Amino acid sequence: MDVLLWVIVPYVCLAIFVVGHLWRYKYDKFGWTTRSSQMYESKLLRIGSPMFHFGLLFVIGGHVIGLVIPKSWTEAVGITEGMYHFMAVSIGAIAGFCTVVGMIILIYRRRTTGPVFSATTNMDKVMYVFLAAVILLGLSNTVVGNILSHYDYREGVSIWWRQFFTLHPDPSLMANAPTTFRLHTLAACALFALWPFTRLVHVFSAPLGYLWRPYVVYRAKPNSRLGSRDARRGWERSELPRPEDRAHGSHTSSRR
Amino acid sequence: MRVMAQMAMVMNLDKCIGCHTCSVTCKQAWTNRSGTEYVWWNNVETRPGQGYPRTYEDQERWKGGWVVSPSGRLKLRAGGRVKKLLQIFANPVLPSLEDYYEPWTYDYDTLVKAPLQEHTPVARPYSLISGKPMNISWSANWDDNLGGAPELTKNDPVLRKIRDAAAESVQLEYKKTFMFYLPRICEHCLNPSCAASCPSGAIYKRAEDGIVLVDQDACRGWRQCITGCPYKKVYFNHRTGKAEKCTFCFPRIEVGIPTVCSETCVGRLRYIGLVLYDADKVLEAAANPDDTALYQAQRACFLDPHDPEVISAAQRDGIPFDWIEGAQRSPVWRLIHDYEVALPLHPEYRTMPMVWYIPPLSPIVDEVTKVAVDPESPESHDVLFAAIDTLRIPTAYLAELFTAGDVAVVEKVLKRLAAMRSYMRDINLGRDPRGEIAEAVGMREEDLYDMYRLLALAKYDERYVIPTGHAEDAHRLEELATDCAVSEHIGLDGRGTEGPFGADSGRGPVPVAIQTFAETKRRQQADEMGRPADRQGGLTQ
Repeated sequence: MDVLLWVIVPYVCLAIFVVGHLWRYKYDKFGWTTRSSQMYESKLLRIGSPMFHFGLLFVIGGHVIGLVIPKSWTEAVGITEGMYHFMAVSIGAIAGFCTVVGMIILIYRRRTTGPVFSATTNMDKVMYVFLAAVILLGLSNTVVGNILSHYDYREGVSIWWRQFFTLHPDPSLMANAPTTFRLHTLAACALFALWPFTRLVHVFSAPLGYLWRPYVVYRAKPNSRLGSRDARRGWERSELPRPEDRAHGSHTSSRR
Repeated sequence: MRVMAQMAMVMNLDKCIGCHTCSVTCKQAWTNRSGTEYVWWNNVETRPGQGYPRTYEDQERWKGGWVVSPSGRLKLRAGGRVKKLLQIFANPVLPSLEDYYEPWTYDYDTLVKAPLQEHTPVARPYSLISGKPMNISWSANWDDNLGGAPELTKNDPVLRKIRDAAAESVQLEYKKTFMFYLPRICEHCLNPSCAASCPSGAIYKRAEDGIVLVDQDACRGWRQCITGCPYKKVYFNHRTGKAEKCTFCFPRIEVGIPTVCSETCVGRLRYIGLVLYDADKVLEAAANPDDTALYQAQRACFLDPHDPEVISAAQRDGIPFDWIEGAQRSPVWRLIHDYEVALPLHPEYRTMPMVWYIPPLSPIVDEVTKVAVDPESPESHDVLFAAIDTLRIPTAYLAELFTAGDVAVVEKVLKRLAAMRSYMRDINLGRDPRGEIAEAVGMREEDLYDMYRLLALAKYDERYVIPTGHAEDAHRLEELATDCAVSEHIGLDGRGTEGPFGADSGRGPVPVAIQTFAETKRRQQADEMGRPADRQGGLTQ
């Protein structure tokens, strides 16, 4: 049972996550969008959405620190257990609180604003259930693991998580974690499996490239190909490569 | 010098009768889909008026276009790259549907299915957004023909500006009002701020002809382009969650026929042609600190296609020879450069717009008789010139639209138009043409006549000089009429057609011309472009 829950299920979910994204990107770039509903309703969104998203960014950052970085590393640079604990609980609680409040505002808005609700798909609803479950269980981890009782996830869950990517996960590490941690992990697995088929894909189009690219993008019809496909093997045209593409220079940069 | 070609348009406002045929045909061709009900790639505004969306020209509020920073650098009015990314979760200056209008349809069914009753059944309006009955209180053209004036008109941002500036009493009272029509499409700017605002880099300018397009596969719906465009000509398809904008009908342009709006223009007031410009000069020109100098700065970017140096540079930069020829015959170039009667719309937004306008010469007979020096010939040119200062449409208003407030430029254009009328009047009445009229506006008589021919007669092949996309490139135009902002979304509520994973999930982008896998394969492997008759199934399959 432990092997099923903490080895097989997570790997299956990971596989769906990866392959699902590749499949969606290949076949549904047109559907790959945030599907913003700001046009319908702006007031609540302007409070709820930044709260939720920025809170979530901190939460994700906390997960990276907690799961990826081994305890020995932080201790090596002189961060004591007490300091780490204090940072994790305080920042984690604030970020988690913002995320939950933001989420409540957004769900309230989605349910009560007519046009937004009618633009909500069934998949959105399923996704919201899992997303909310993951977030609430995660917040309860902070409460259960740090305040009610003490569970050092960096001695348990984190190790399992790293083992997971070195392909030698030890299911007993998870089996011995408190219930909320186990439920949080399972709900997260389910969410990852759903991910590629929901609007959550927009996470992977976070437009960081905008910080570096030239302001105005130029595109030219490709010179190298005759038509929209490459020539078949053995049927390439014999031609001298053109010395320069039409779109070039400082103000412009060509894509494709 | 780096020569690039730009497909551009000029509209002669003197001839626009505000019939909205351009808007309607454009909508039928491109935006009659679910999610784009409120989208008008082409709209005709009555000026003075609030425009569409309401008060879009108030950039203090909507933050469109570029500004020059004190250090002389060009930056987006809505903020730099980091600020834009921080605002990505909720765009603070996105027009809401109320600033456009809530689209509706009528419950036509009741007209047919109502039982026998005393009163005639009525088709009630239903919102296409919420699906509920609604009261219609605004639309794309609510203030058409000064409807609602003066209450609505006084919110016109342009009118406010000239009022503040000159404390001028602009006449809004009945019988003293003025108005004219302003048809608008996307400006296909040389320095597009929508493209610069797009975090995903999905909006691009075509290197061949300068048409600005949205890559529907790359757009992620961050909505920054809508804020970025000062003309508010990028729209958000609220069903697909993607930005859409005027495509300059590129599938038509590529095969040498004018855009739908131009083709169907009843007044024959639109001109399409190429302009060659020096891409290296664009940024510098757009960063000119003086707003009123931007018109000339933009003109200085343009290159004379008759100049041998330009021709050789253009060939070096890969512009085909027939395109250079097209640029030489271009009516747009003639109106901008030879006759200097076309002006850009709001050059102060610094996007270097490429749809230009010939300002309207308003009905002047009343005014003329008032100031007539020579009552014998009320349309002699000096009388007309004198009347321009007292036109019903204040030149200050036109200047605010077309030259960032420089009245002298607008007056010069209006004088040329008046001179053309006066000169041609002599010819039409069988009198000797008077060369001094041409001289008075700094033109030659032949130019005045040619301008008359282009503006008044406006022959089809002179209005539209559109060199085709290259025959040897024909394969590259494979998706004629398809590879643009269009993908079919069936069903008003979007349900019923969803895949197993919700709306938009798991369905590939299906170009409207391709119906089946077999046909796709056949088309990909064909040696020549397909004929519609060869199509299997048909468009509705």
